[in-house]
Amino acid sequence: MDLVKLTIDNTPVVVEQGTTVLEAARSVGVDIPTLCYMKLDDLEFENKPGGCRVCVVEVEGRRNLAPSCKTACDEGMVVNTHSVRAINARRTVMELILSDHPFECLVCAKSGKCDLQSLAQDLGIREIHYQGEKSHYKGDESPAIIREMDKCIMCRRCETACNDVQTVGTLSAIYRGFESVVAPAFEMDLDHTNCTFCGQCVAVCPTGALIERDYTWQVMDAIVNPKKRVIVQTAPAVRAALGEEFGLEPGTLVTGKMVTALRKIGFDHVFDTDFAADLTIMEEGTELLGRLNKFLEGDKDVKLPMLTSCCPAWVNFFEHHFPEMKDIPSTAKSPQQMFGAIAKTYFANQLKVKREDLVVVSVMPCLAKKYEASREEFSANGDADVNISITTRELAQMIKNANLKFTDLPNDDFDRPMGESSGAGVIFGTTGGVIEAAVRTAYELHTDKELARVDFKELRGFEGIRSATIDFDGLPINIGIAHGLGNARTLLNDIKEGKSEFHAIEIMACPGGCIGGGGQPYHHGDVTVLKRRQKAIYQEDAGKSIRKSHENPYIQKLYTEFLGEPCGEKSHELLHTHYFDKKKKIEI
Amino acid sequence: MVKYKKQIRIALRNCGFINPENVDEYIVREGYAALGNALTNMTPEEVIDVIKNSGLRGRGGGGFPTGLKWELTRKVDADQKYVVCNADEGDPGAFMDRSILEGDPHTVLEAMAINGYCTGASKGLIYIRAEYPLAIKRLKIAIDQAREYGLLGEDIFGTNFSFDVELRYGAGAFVCGEETALIHSMEGLRGEPTVKPPFPSESGYKGMPTNVNNVETYANIPVILLKGADWFSSIGTEKSKGTKVFALAGKVNNVGLIEVPMGTTLREVIFDIGGGIKDGKKFKAVQTGGPSGGCLTENHLDISIDYDNLIASGSMMGSGGMIVMDEDDCMVSMAKFYLDFTVEESCGKCSPCRIGNKRLYEMLDTITQGKGTLEDLSKLRNLANVVKDTSLCGLGQTSPNPVLSTMDNFLDEYMAHVKDGKCPSGQCKALMSYIINADACVGCTLCARVCPVDAISGEKKMAHLIDDDACIKCGACMDKCKFGAIFIQ
Amino acid sequence: MAKVKSLSDLNKMREELQSKMNLREKGEHPDSIVQIKVSMATCGIASGAKEIMDYMINELDNRAIDAVITQTGCMGYCYAEPTIEVTLPDNKPIVFGYVDTKKAQEIIEVYIQTGKLVDGIIPVNYETVNNE
Ligand SMILES: Cc1cc2nc3c(=O)[nH]c(=O)nc-3n(C[C@H](O)[C@H](O)[C@H](O)COP(=O)(O)O)c2cc1C
Ligand code: SF4
Ligand code: SF4
Ligand code: SF4
Ligand code: FES
Ligand code: FES
Repeated sequence: MDLVKLTIDNTPVVVEQGTTVLEAARSVGVDIPTLCYMKLDDLEFENKPGGCRVCVVEVEGRRNLAPSCKTACDEGMVVNTHSVRAINARRTVMELILSDHPFECLVCAKSGKCDLQSLAQDLGIREIHYQGEKSHYKGDESPAIIREMDKCIMCRRCETACNDVQTVGTLSAIYRGFESVVAPAFEMDLDHTNCTFCGQCVAVCPTGALIERDYTWQVMDAIVNPKKRVIVQTAPAVRAALGEEFGLEPGTLVTGKMVTALRKIGFDHVFDTDFAADLTIMEEGTELLGRLNKFLEGDKDVKLPMLTSCCPAWVNFFEHHFPEMKDIPSTAKSPQQMFGAIAKTYFANQLKVKREDLVVVSVMPCLAKKYEASREEFSANGDADVNISITTRELAQMIKNANLKFTDLPNDDFDRPMGESSGAGVIFGTTGGVIEAAVRTAYELHTDKELARVDFKELRGFEGIRSATIDFDGLPINIGIAHGLGNARTLLNDIKEGKSEFHAIEIMACPGGCIGGGGQPYHHGDVTVLKRRQKAIYQEDAGKSIRKSHENPYIQKLYTEFLGEPCGEKSHELLHTHYFDKKKKIEI
Repeated sequence: MVKYKKQIRIALRNCGFINPENVDEYIVREGYAALGNALTNMTPEEVIDVIKNSGLRGRGGGGFPTGLKWELTRKVDADQKYVVCNADEGDPGAFMDRSILEGDPHTVLEAMAINGYCTGASKGLIYIRAEYPLAIKRLKIAIDQAREYGLLGEDIFGTNFSFDVELRYGAGAFVCGEETALIHSMEGLRGEPTVKPPFPSESGYKGMPTNVNNVETYANIPVILLKGADWFSSIGTEKSKGTKVFALAGKVNNVGLIEVPMGTTLREVIFDIGGGIKDGKKFKAVQTGGPSGGCLTENHLDISIDYDNLIASGSMMGSGGMIVMDEDDCMVSMAKFYLDFTVEESCGKCSPCRIGNKRLYEMLDTITQGKGTLEDLSKLRNLANVVKDTSLCGLGQTSPNPVLSTMDNFLDEYMAHVKDGKCPSGQCKALMSYIINADACVGCTLCARVCPVDAISGEKKMAHLIDDDACIKCGACMDKCKFGAIFIQ
Repeated sequence: MAKVKSLSDLNKMREELQSKMNLREKGEHPDSIVQIKVSMATCGIASGAKEIMDYMINELDNRAIDAVITQTGCMGYCYAEPTIEVTLPDNKPIVFGYVDTKKAQEIIEVYIQTGKLVDGIIPVNYETVNNE
């Protein structure tokens, strides 16, 4: 690599050719403000349209100011990031952006976490000298995502997430000039598009333009209703991120405090989605072994590789984009829905309450789960298996509303029976976790031998597509892993072209898996946040006495008392689903 | 009558002479001879040298040296390269490129093929706005005829050089004339510019090296090769060689398409060729460079037109729009007119252009309504400078020019609007008052009866009075008054 | 159609075309052929050049005047569209502007048939490189 020398604010800097002025400046402690720019290292997310122009700096010899996020360092460049000209331009541009923004900060869902707001504070904007007409756009509310485009600042991060990372292609800039906005084609509502509700657009939006639909009041309504029993399940990734909302370091596990908080909020039973994750492994693992055995017996029609199906955004993705392959994923429901199905039958029976009087709430890192919960096939007589799904962020809000000082709360344990889980259930929260959990169980069921080691480090990591071959006692099983829907698309195309060598593939829609879900505390572009959450998940797994799903005694009990066999008749009725061809639906 | 000829037609040499739908007529006028000669007797480097030595600069607005651009594209190593002709021509009132394509389409095809030979490209694309149906039709005919004669296609002139041309249609967005936006538009993406570098010559259409030139630039190429670099560079000024086509419009007697040698003065263009100002009115200003340019005044009439002089005077060459204004034109309104255009045409990608131009327009509007303040003027100037300084592409980097140049040259007009609430040229409706001269009024009541908003009062046979606040400035009363008693102030 | 396979092919072709045109112009009726070009770019067509072209074709036909009428591009006199250029045998081309059907009739009856100039002539105010 060639090196180039330049000076930034009188400080000499040597960087590799191709480094941007912004990166070079940051390497010497010059913190140029940015707005549209966002880069997530290792996750193939890079948004630098060079559009906001907040990062402009003065480069000697250039006619115009240069956007530092988009300008490569040149030999001998002399950069001044805080000349009067640059500061005036930056502030004026910021005033312009604010002049086209609704002043609703006090009641905005993003307030306090809004990049626009904090930048305005950092720049010390106290007056907006340029006022005028503001843009107005059609609003859009789906069961999962709300688009309030009047708040959009055209940073295009959502577009990059939806197109470049997820390759879904729902969002793009439409119209011109002052009217331009990011929206689905023809400004259609999201639920009429091919949106997967992965929420990655929400996760990167700097403002309140894209937010989750808030169901906290429905939850409170249910809790105060004396006729209802309200139970809650919490997904694995929530415990690794919730603490961030209360100022704790990313990667701080708050499982025990979370349980206490949920009890104090007033849930009748506090359960764990990890329990249902163990159940998923029983079903999915059995299904995989079934397909493998048929394959070994020479059955030509058997569908391999088997794809996991626990990520609802991923399910939406293949229903919209690869409907011709809808018989390849496992038919096992996601843990959220398995939990709902068992709660509304097995557990409701135990409590002796009618299913309508049992309200199942889920706390998820995810926006697609809100949509999934509303799918018709996951209900009986109009009563949904999971009645309300809220995000990690919404739970934090409920905790605040309940006046709980979260960091001081004591630890507590989940209730039984649906609160017990193995370490395998926990690692569902990160990329690679589902398939590792499946391997732990499938290996033992297939070989009848005990695993010497349960940690499959070869399946862990952060690269977008990973693969490993696991030796099932002489039978090599090829495993693929993809997170981010763009990576999933690559693997799917391989399968379509008959190039895939895998027997099983795990797919998670969100970069990093559920720890990077659209409902998690905002990472503000810092990938280490996700990495630390991942570490916390593996730490929780390692601390568990039971590490394999099939060893969870409450799961064993569930099968003997209620379900019978994995993939048996009852399981099929309650724990498996089927998929739809949604390609036609969106044709216009 | 014109005593001597101020115009030399190089780019337009065949327009109006040949039947554009007949390749034979082009061939008779030495068409395709330059291509044939280049392919047969010259190396690409030699051709590029001729273009470089001729001093030809891009006619699309920027004035980048054409030979140098070709050389840059040539030097990039790639399997596939592209030659693009920019025929987007979005500047309002400009139609130089359209006229060339309608009158002499083969010259553009020939030049593109020469360019392909020089840069190593086998594919040419013409990006033309769909609103130019006649130009499209004639280009299609020309492409077919050239293919039929083997002047496009495989092994042209029996050499192993192959080249073909396709048309791509634009929806007529001004910003799609910007070369990176144009390329995105051809790729089926949103017509939005990206930050340069990389320039298209390194990474353009489909990520491949792409040479983008303007229609008029191409139209100069065959003649230069036939007549030589020395001949071409003998015309024009030191740094701007050859001629420039202008679409002369506005308040001149002879509006039309003209081609003058670089170095001709604005006075010669407006008064000799243009035949002076219409209706004997007084010349006030001339806008060159369309919405990206600035206005020039009486004081600039004797500067000679070339790239550098125009920029030094606060305007620019642009693509060749030239609009002449007389004493009736309000310069604030003129700036507002152009900003209105830019607001419509901004792609919306960068905030200074998307929001800044809108605010500039709104401020100008406030001023023309007589509601501006002195503070607005300093805000206007600051914002104009920031938009210019921070915008992503040439559109936003130049859109404030009409504001800045009118403020520089006609500050008194701005002052009159904000300080005295007057529009000196009487164009701003909100600022004019209809007044009845009491001495001339005989009290016939005719005006009061036609006023649609009952703003006129007065007894019969007594002088009448117009209530300025109620008046909507429709002028009906003035038209009706038989005694000429109503006037505008 | 013959393909141009080399530079000399092109040169030969040009010479042939040139002499064909000379023949057409000066050949059979050296004194009587009239050449007319109608400026048919967008600006001309918008001001009615098509109608003028049709009118002239008909009118010349009716009067049995031997003439070649062709379309051409913009002559640059947009203020005076429609414009036509008339070349009488052994005369310099003359451009007429603001041509409506009345003017066209006058041009045919007076200028073409008698050789007397009529109003509406536009002075050619440029040089073209090929004419040098
Ligand atoms: C907003 C904008 C609009 C432009 N429109 C045109 C156009 O309509 N035609 C054109 O040839 N160049 C246009 N340009 C200039 C092109 O970007 C480019 O410089 C030109 O096509 C290069 O050709 P040249 O070197 O032959 O001039 C435009 C530039 C900007 C910034
Ligand atoms: S939720 Fe996902 S698929 Fe839907 S618009 Fe956002 S990024 Fe695209
Ligand atoms: S919706 Fe949000 S992420 Fe998308 S462009 Fe607007 S501000 Fe940016
Ligand atoms: S300057 Fe205007 S046209 Fe150019 S990129 Fe910015 S918004 Fe688009
Ligand atoms: S952060 Fe650089 S242009 Fe937006
Ligand atoms: S606080 Fe609501 S968008 Fe910034």
